[in-house]
Amino acid sequence: MAKTLFEKIWDSHVVEEGNGRSLLYVDRHLVHEVTSPQAFDGLRMNKRNVRRTDLTFATMDHNVPTSNRSLPILDQTSAMQMKTLERNCKEFGIELFDINSPNQGIVHVIGPELGITLPGTTIVCGDSHTSTHGAFGALAFGIGTSDVEHVLATQCIWMEKPKTFEIRVEGKRKNPCAITAKDIILSIIRQIGTAGGTGTIFEYRGEAISELSMEQRMTICNMSIEGGARAGLVAPDEKTFNYLKGRRYIPKNYDKLVEYWRENLKTDSNARFDKSFTLHADTIAPQVSWGTNPAMTVDVTGTVPFPEEYAKGNPEEEKAATKALQYMGLKPGTLITDIELDRVFIGSCTNSRLEDLIEAAKIVKGNKISPKVRAMIVPGSQHVKKQAEELGLDRIFKDAGYEWRESGCSMCLGMNPDILSAGERCASTSNRNFEGRQGSGGMTHLVSPVMAAAASIQGHFVDVRELDLN
Amino acid sequence: MEPFIKIKSIAIPLDKVNVDTDQIIPKQFLKLVQKTGFGQYLFYDWRYEKDGTVKKDFVLNEPRYQDSKILLTRNNFGCGSSREHAAWALLDFGFRAILSTSFADIFYNNCFKNGILPIKVSEQVLQKLFESRSEIEIDLEKQTITNDDITISFDIEPHWKKILLEGLDDIAVTLRHNNEISKYENAQRNSSLRVS
Repeated sequence: MAKTLFEKIWDSHVVEEGNGRSLLYVDRHLVHEVTSPQAFDGLRMNKRNVRRTDLTFATMDHNVPTSNRSLPILDQTSAMQMKTLERNCKEFGIELFDINSPNQGIVHVIGPELGITLPGTTIVCGDSHTSTHGAFGALAFGIGTSDVEHVLATQCIWMEKPKTFEIRVEGKRKNPCAITAKDIILSIIRQIGTAGGTGTIFEYRGEAISELSMEQRMTICNMSIEGGARAGLVAPDEKTFNYLKGRRYIPKNYDKLVEYWRENLKTDSNARFDKSFTLHADTIAPQVSWGTNPAMTVDVTGTVPFPEEYAKGNPEEEKAATKALQYMGLKPGTLITDIELDRVFIGSCTNSRLEDLIEAAKIVKGNKISPKVRAMIVPGSQHVKKQAEELGLDRIFKDAGYEWRESGCSMCLGMNPDILSAGERCASTSNRNFEGRQGSGGMTHLVSPVMAAAASIQGHFVDVRELDLN
Repeated sequence: MEPFIKIKSIAIPLDKVNVDTDQIIPKQFLKLVQKTGFGQYLFYDWRYEKDGTVKKDFVLNEPRYQDSKILLTRNNFGCGSSREHAAWALLDFGFRAILSTSFADIFYNNCFKNGILPIKVSEQVLQKLFESRSEIEIDLEKQTITNDDITISFDIEPHWKKILLEGLDDIAVTLRHNNEISKYENAQRNSSLRVS
């Protein structure tokens, strides 16, 4: 029978079925400091072990300060959570990339970077952006802490089989330097809504997806959860195999695996998806979010919408949009390019990889940031930071007035000292513009790294297509 | 886990769509390393003023709802972050059931794992419940929701029904399948395409 890529991965991981559910084997389990302490406590209470320490990897990312790492951590509760992870990893025998490790970084940046992420595997982590790893053709999704404990103890997870949702992005982007993977995914979410993918797994297909680099595919898959899907997939190809080749944790039988993946890890031509949505890449403009969820997004050439215009007849959505405008301090009809900014954040598991920094640096180079703006770069991992420094990107950003930080989740969710103050407005390359996400009372506009970089110079949003990017 | 058999209470109407887990429990409270004590921080930014005083106009703060065990809310509840702290906070506050037209996938799962029953109902039923002020009884065995005006039945996966009714430890249940898990692992170990 013809199968989709998702169905192939699913079927090859079913340990057992019953009662409408499947027990799936987990090939890689990634652990971080915030969603794991209670899981390890549960193991201790029930005198259970970690079943496969060799498939479990831990790092510290959510809480870690991004300032000088040789200084003590001032936030005692954060320090406690990091210490707890250290103690748990030691006690249960799990490899940990701690705050001083050269491999430390955002869990969804280091997984691929270290070759822990592999095509055709199942990957879980107590973090909703685990969907990122789907860029490699892995079935990867976020789980809660109870499931973290369950996977630690059993290396398996129970799931009802999700439906399949094909997202086709056809054609070519008109200006690939200005219209990025971030703009593609925001355009998708804007059209299908934040619950559009609930109960499904996305598979991104089409010419505009194939032509993306691995890092760009990660940006797309990362935000699948913002469209309601627990996971998103891109079929692996030569770019995928080349990206992973030679990385530290790839298995010894890698070449043999590649042969198999090349033949098998794709949706059969006559396979059927439960749902389908098509977007034409040549219609996509740079995107800017105006509201308090990622579907509340418009083209940079647009205006802040009126609630009734956004809601299209749905009274609940209209109420939500009114509330969002109130929170964001925006008036309908305002030009997006008239929105002035206080902060710029380039970072997060969505957009903190080397390519993101290279593209942003092209815009920043030789310029100074607006005197009204405080801007910050937080590389996704220590490896990204080091590579960027080798290319001299740190100098470009610092010369322009940017802060150049250590790696971590940072201001994407503001669990460390990097937060917005109430009333501050930020252009952010992260994934969520929820109320208070980057700091209580802070206002977030989601954009691509190039859009964030351009805004940092001008002090307000600008259409990057109008800049000379070559 | 405390079994869920039958509950009866007035429901708190939270008339919002797309409530994300960042609103249910903001990030500054995710640093605790236990599962308890999160109830006081539930919906923190909606419940309290900046100076920590209680916002009188937020529905959770109304005196008549203080002993409620049921939350009524709109579409796509629990979207965003996977933080199970959201379920812990709702449970700690006293909620045992949540009624909505839809839930985000990870949150939905997290509820069951903590003995909270999330129930999907139709738009019309939800609207009726929002308009009614009477107590609601939820009977898990019979799979019914009853108030003064209506009785409707709801769906639940048989596995979750059993776990909730009996208050079972999920991991202990899975470990009964240890032989099958080992069999899967052995097959992997002997495969030239081994990844685990």
